Amino acid sequence: MPVSFEEIGLEAGRRWQELTAGERPWIRIGTALCGEAAGAFEVADAVKSELASQGVSAQVSRVGCLGLCFAEPLLDVQLPGGHRIFYGNVDPEGVAEIVSAHVAGGRPVTAKALGYLAQDGSDAPVPDDIPDLDQHPMRIWEDRIALRNAGNIDPMDIHQYVANGGYQALRKALIDLDREQTLDEVKASGLRGRGGAAFPTATKWSFLAGNPAPEKYVLCNCEEGDPGAFNDKNILESDPGTLVEGMIIAGYATGASKGYIFIRHGHNGPIDRCRAAVDQARELGFLGENIMGTDFSYEIEIALTGDSYVAGEESALMEAIEGKRAMPRFRPPFPAQVGLFGKPTNINNVKTLAYVPEIVSKGGEWFAGIGHDTSTGTVILCLTGPLKYTGMVEVPLGINLKDVINEVAGGMQDGKALKFLQTGGPLGGVLGADNIDLLLDFEVLRAAGAIVGSGGLIAADESACIVDMTRSLIAFCQYESCGKCFPCRMGMSHLLEVLERICSLEGTSEDLALMRSIGENMQAGSLCGHGQLGYNPVSSALRYFGPEFDAHITDRTCPTGTCLAPRYSPAQSRR
Amino acid sequence: MSGLEQRIHDAVHGQTQPTVTVLSSLLAVEDELGYIPKEALEFVAGFSDATVNDVWAVASFYPNFRFEPPSEHVVEVCWGASCHVVGAMGVFKSVLEAAGLEDEGDTPDKRLTVRLNTCLGACSQAPVMSMDHHLSGRTNPDSAAKNVAHLLEQEAHAR
Repeated sequence: MPVSFEEIGLEAGRRWQELTAGERPWIRIGTALCGEAAGAFEVADAVKSELASQGVSAQVSRVGCLGLCFAEPLLDVQLPGGHRIFYGNVDPEGVAEIVSAHVAGGRPVTAKALGYLAQDGSDAPVPDDIPDLDQHPMRIWEDRIALRNAGNIDPMDIHQYVANGGYQALRKALIDLDREQTLDEVKASGLRGRGGAAFPTATKWSFLAGNPAPEKYVLCNCEEGDPGAFNDKNILESDPGTLVEGMIIAGYATGASKGYIFIRHGHNGPIDRCRAAVDQARELGFLGENIMGTDFSYEIEIALTGDSYVAGEESALMEAIEGKRAMPRFRPPFPAQVGLFGKPTNINNVKTLAYVPEIVSKGGEWFAGIGHDTSTGTVILCLTGPLKYTGMVEVPLGINLKDVINEVAGGMQDGKALKFLQTGGPLGGVLGADNIDLLLDFEVLRAAGAIVGSGGLIAADESACIVDMTRSLIAFCQYESCGKCFPCRMGMSHLLEVLERICSLEGTSEDLALMRSIGENMQAGSLCGHGQLGYNPVSSALRYFGPEFDAHITDRTCPTGTCLAPRYSPAQSRR
Repeated sequence: MSGLEQRIHDAVHGQTQPTVTVLSSLLAVEDELGYIPKEALEFVAGFSDATVNDVWAVASFYPNFRFEPPSEHVVEVCWGASCHVVGAMGVFKSVLEAAGLEDEGDTPDKRLTVRLNTCLGACSQAPVMSMDHHLSGRTNPDSAAKNVAHLLEQEAHAR
């Protein structure tokens, strides 16, 4: 007996009311990969055992990442009808007091509280002795679209997603709009791919929509092997419903018959939560035959890959789903003509698809009004390195990169100064501390020799050596070269050899020219971005830090001493 | 059918997703056994109507596959740029010393495998390591050595 969307919405609303304003307090614990690494599972165990031993009744949910990773493990308590009060850097020993005083006694442990988040619809007074978390530097600049539910809802419970507006966009697309109008909304939004290339999403979709083949695929790329970027995995762990809904809408707009979500094997948190979101969507009739009573039928499957960074390249990704070595294909034909299993295919990044439900709900014009110039909307940044506040933020494009580092991330730890910023993943570039007065915009950053890429920003202070960092990035690129075309396979190996030599203070005066020549060959002769962009880390480092390379080569000294310490690289590579 | 062959058979046939491939079958075997024995290469070849050579091409491409039985425990140290810039090399050196190894690999008593991982995915908690696939962040050489010692006090990791 099919249940109507209205009935599902009512049930979801009833459950949400029970969680937020029912009989019992609600405890939420951040358990994305960042929380896990900080000890959130141990905190969750402590919550369970303290509730039992103190005889306290409460609802407990494992949520995703609120973005304030520096404060993980992060736990919050919401008393019935009240506001959320957060505790940061919780250790298992501190849980007993939170349970006895706050959960059971109704009195927040003010001295240990990180802040509160006021809840819509609550008429309880906000605490006057606890800071407002929305005024925290990491949140005050934010505009949460793709991350609107992250850290708020249990990712394993589709009803919590529906209670917060989930699947309204799909309903609007299927019932109120036709396929073309849905595509038009995405076109009006100016949305560009967030995987690195920043290609207009609606244009990509229109290639597939224009292909009349009966079987067509939409692929979602969550390979995300980039060191320093974790926003794709974090969306899957925090709010997989947004991605699944975005993918169903993409399927509808392009006339596709099936979607695949592609995730690296071993990342069990993202995989399990994504699987639950797909299975539950199917149970509620958002996937399968005749979705919401229309003639649109669609399925989503989760496909796993082995470890391979190049598997994130769109044609290598299709090879991996087909079960082969993740090596890029020659183009043409392009995926929209001949893609997965020879069928027309469209490939989007997780973040790109995660924007789609809100774009359809609120309209493309609304999204286009956010951002800067042709870089519309927001960008999801991963802030890492020795910054005061590390984590994940969603800020409007057009924000100044200087403000991101000095304000949002609070500057460097221990009052140290920024030395360089590595942006956009291992194929991106570095910027010197004096060169970050830039608007965060796809074109502006590209012109500066860096890219927005996947949104990773790795900051380094004065103790870091730029030559060592460049060597580390190239070691990664060399290890991950798939080996299909020799300019990349051999070029990366040669670049690494030269950089190892410079780090060992045995470089020669010809080495910089040698690297440039290798880099030019890689750019001209490689089949995919891995080789074409592979010289970027070196060229951008030389652009801003030439004298530090000279110190290694001419003066035979590493100014920071970093290069004197032992270095290790993985033994097994695809060379 | 030997016990090993039975487990390979069940892992490959136990896949529930619609798209079953050489790679998905190898991943299923690795989940079950922790490695890809020669028997699995042959079984997956027969199952997928591919040659052993084709299967080996795939298996040898992805560095997550290993071809010898796993040690009792595995420690991975993240080697990505976010971890590198805050001291991953020192953490790895300390892990090697605690394990009595010179570089990546297995200890002779097969109690521990140590390897580098290109990104464990918790970059905001760098430097990150994992013990039997459980993440530990904000490590330093001292805490990393303690993590290894603590792990070696435990029974074999139930697979």
